[in-house]
Amino acid sequence: MNDLMLMRKNMWRKPVRTSLLLISILIAFLIFSVMLSFNAAFTNFRALPNRMVTLSKINFTEPLPIAHFDRISHMDGVLAATHMNWFGGYYREPRNFLPVFAIDPPSYFRVYSEDLRLPASVRDAFFRERTAMLVAEPVARQYGWHVGQRIPLNSNIFTNSATGNHTWEFTLVGTIPTPEGSSQTGSVLIHYDYFNETITFGRDRVGWVPFLTTSAQLNDRVSHAIDTRFANSADETSTSDEATFNKAFTEQIGPIALIVTLVVSAAFVAILLIVGTTMALAVRERTKEVGVMKTLGFSSGRILRMVLGESLLLAFIGAALGMGAGAGLLLLLAQISGGNGPPIHFAWGTVVPFGALIALALGLVTGLPPALGAYRMRVVDAFATR
Amino acid sequence: MASLFNQIGAITSMNVRSIPQRAAMSIASVVAVALTITVLLFFLALSSGLGETVRGSGSDDVVLAIREGSNAELNSVVTRDQLAILASGPNVAHQSGAPIASGELLVIVDGIKRSSGTKANVSFRGIGQEGLTLRHGVHITQGRMFHPGTNEIVVGAGVMREFSGFEFNRTIRLRGTNWQIVGVFEAPGTLFESELWADVAVTQSLFNRPNVFQTMRIQLTSPAAVAGYTQWASHDARLSGLEIISERRYYARQAAQSTQGFIIVAFALGLFMAIGTLSGALNTMYSSVAARSAEIATLRIIGFSGWAAFFGTMAEALMLCIAGGILGIIISFIAFNGRSAATLGSGFTQLVFRFQISPGIIIAAIIVAILIGFFGGLLPGIRAARIRPQLELAAQ
Repeated sequence: MNDLMLMRKNMWRKPVRTSLLLISILIAFLIFSVMLSFNAAFTNFRALPNRMVTLSKINFTEPLPIAHFDRISHMDGVLAATHMNWFGGYYREPRNFLPVFAIDPPSYFRVYSEDLRLPASVRDAFFRERTAMLVAEPVARQYGWHVGQRIPLNSNIFTNSATGNHTWEFTLVGTIPTPEGSSQTGSVLIHYDYFNETITFGRDRVGWVPFLTTSAQLNDRVSHAIDTRFANSADETSTSDEATFNKAFTEQIGPIALIVTLVVSAAFVAILLIVGTTMALAVRERTKEVGVMKTLGFSSGRILRMVLGESLLLAFIGAALGMGAGAGLLLLLAQISGGNGPPIHFAWGTVVPFGALIALALGLVTGLPPALGAYRMRVVDAFATR
Repeated sequence: MASLFNQIGAITSMNVRSIPQRAAMSIASVVAVALTITVLLFFLALSSGLGETVRGSGSDDVVLAIREGSNAELNSVVTRDQLAILASGPNVAHQSGAPIASGELLVIVDGIKRSSGTKANVSFRGIGQEGLTLRHGVHITQGRMFHPGTNEIVVGAGVMREFSGFEFNRTIRLRGTNWQIVGVFEAPGTLFESELWADVAVTQSLFNRPNVFQTMRIQLTSPAAVAGYTQWASHDARLSGLEIISERRYYARQAAQSTQGFIIVAFALGLFMAIGTLSGALNTMYSSVAARSAEIATLRIIGFSGWAAFFGTMAEALMLCIAGGILGIIISFIAFNGRSAATLGSGFTQLVFRFQISPGIIIAAIIVAILIGFFGGLLPGIRAARIRPQLELAAQ
């Protein structure tokens, strides 16, 4: 009979109590993993340190003259620049919202090259055909689109001058794989030229100008130079690095990271109290047994390890079940959400290591006081208690 | 029957007085319930405050014309010709001979959010001469209204509270032109407090949107006139493509869109945390029953019924959970009730609102606490009721 077996027997001697504790821990880790994944989906775009973006100083919804793009492209320290327009796209119903961007394909592929490693045939097909469209893989899967299909997309902003309605037809030429952290999650890309020639207003203006600097160390100098270049014109600019822009964008909704931290902390404090007091009770109930074991020759250290091992086992099983349930829940949500933005992926990279650390801390904090109590317990006292 | 109540009373008081013996576990349960209730209340108070602010913005006797299918004002277009037709409709209220109607243009400008120091979308609304008249309950608290035809801005009190960059008397530069902030207005409980207002014609020319309107607001003589007005508008081909709707209904729809996400989060998180807390409460109550099994067995032998043991346990569970619920409500009142905050509304611009713990939310919190207590007491109570006195005492 080894210690692990004793630990397991101890753990399951009151199956109802242990199951309930596991449920508590599971729930806390479920909340933790789902909320952290949401937070990651909002904030963890893989930002390049030398990728910057120039927008209108008034607000990013104010378009800039396309001449700005040319001027920025030729400034010192700018490696490559591109431009993007917000199309206000949706598929069939306004609730099937899609982040459709009208882009200049060759320059866009230079600025976002790391997330656009597509087969040359797909890339060329996209570059060649003005009505071509590329979409993120999950979007194509969600709507059941296949390559070669003609897909009508609607705009809630623009009117198509060719037809007089809000619909444009595009040919799907390929899909963009979107691993965790990809900047292309949910994207739909169309040609700026086609867009610009068919809209009824707002022609020859671009939404914003993303660009790469030759080195991140030049960021401050380049952004200053650009904003000075357009100062006192009708279209003043504001240039910042990608990470700063992304942060400001999510802060628009609110301090998401802070709220996630507070809610997750509340859940963990609650289970810490529940598990801690229950473990203390469980060991207290075994006082006599501890006395017997010590009499039989079990060392105090061995008893300490066994109690601590039990609480750690509990914490890790609960954590694993909770994180598994979190991953399952997100998969389920992705299946049923049906078009409300990109699916939220389980953020393995942050959730699992961080969750394991929390489980370790939880097991130690809840197990250590009763384990020390059992360690110090004298046999005489153990038998004296009722 | 009376004796059953006496028995329940006796067992309940015995249980309650013995709570200090299990102080740690009982406190753990109370705090866990309190934290659950606090999380639930946070999101409910957020969506309630946000929803009330949006809903409270609309009047019954003002109609709004917006492009059909536009989810937000930003995507809407109303032409100048349509404005003139709309102002000529039936039962439009007049002031000194002119219809009370306002063609409006909404643009977005950056403000700096005080809480994070980051840029955020603030509504900049160009309003017509009558824009102030048809918004009831708006009053200037500092400075004055903008003069028509000038680059002057009045700023909502909510914008002042949550964003920097629009202080009274300040000059701001937009598109190469200076704008003077000449006044501050309050419109309590509405989203208009989250906006900057300026003359619509000046806004159109300086933002390079000549003759573009997005919405038209028309003051009618009474709420009853709305039906007739929309009926009239639906028969005019020149107005086709426009949705004409009472301002109140428009904002009720916007409120639902702005809050549904938060309500889903509130109930999803509340449900999960309640399940976790319930497990803790069940453990507390099982150990309470186990600790008092000798006493319960003794009472059963001297004639107490199983029901009394059940209700005694149930009462203890309910008491712990209700105490937790009340603690949670107190924490919520201190921590965030009435606190001002801003978030991105359905119109893609910032909405300033106050967290609001309404009576309905308090009732919801108490119900959740009672449910946790009820289910937390149910199974342990049944176990208490089924204690077999002889076996139990023999085992001691």
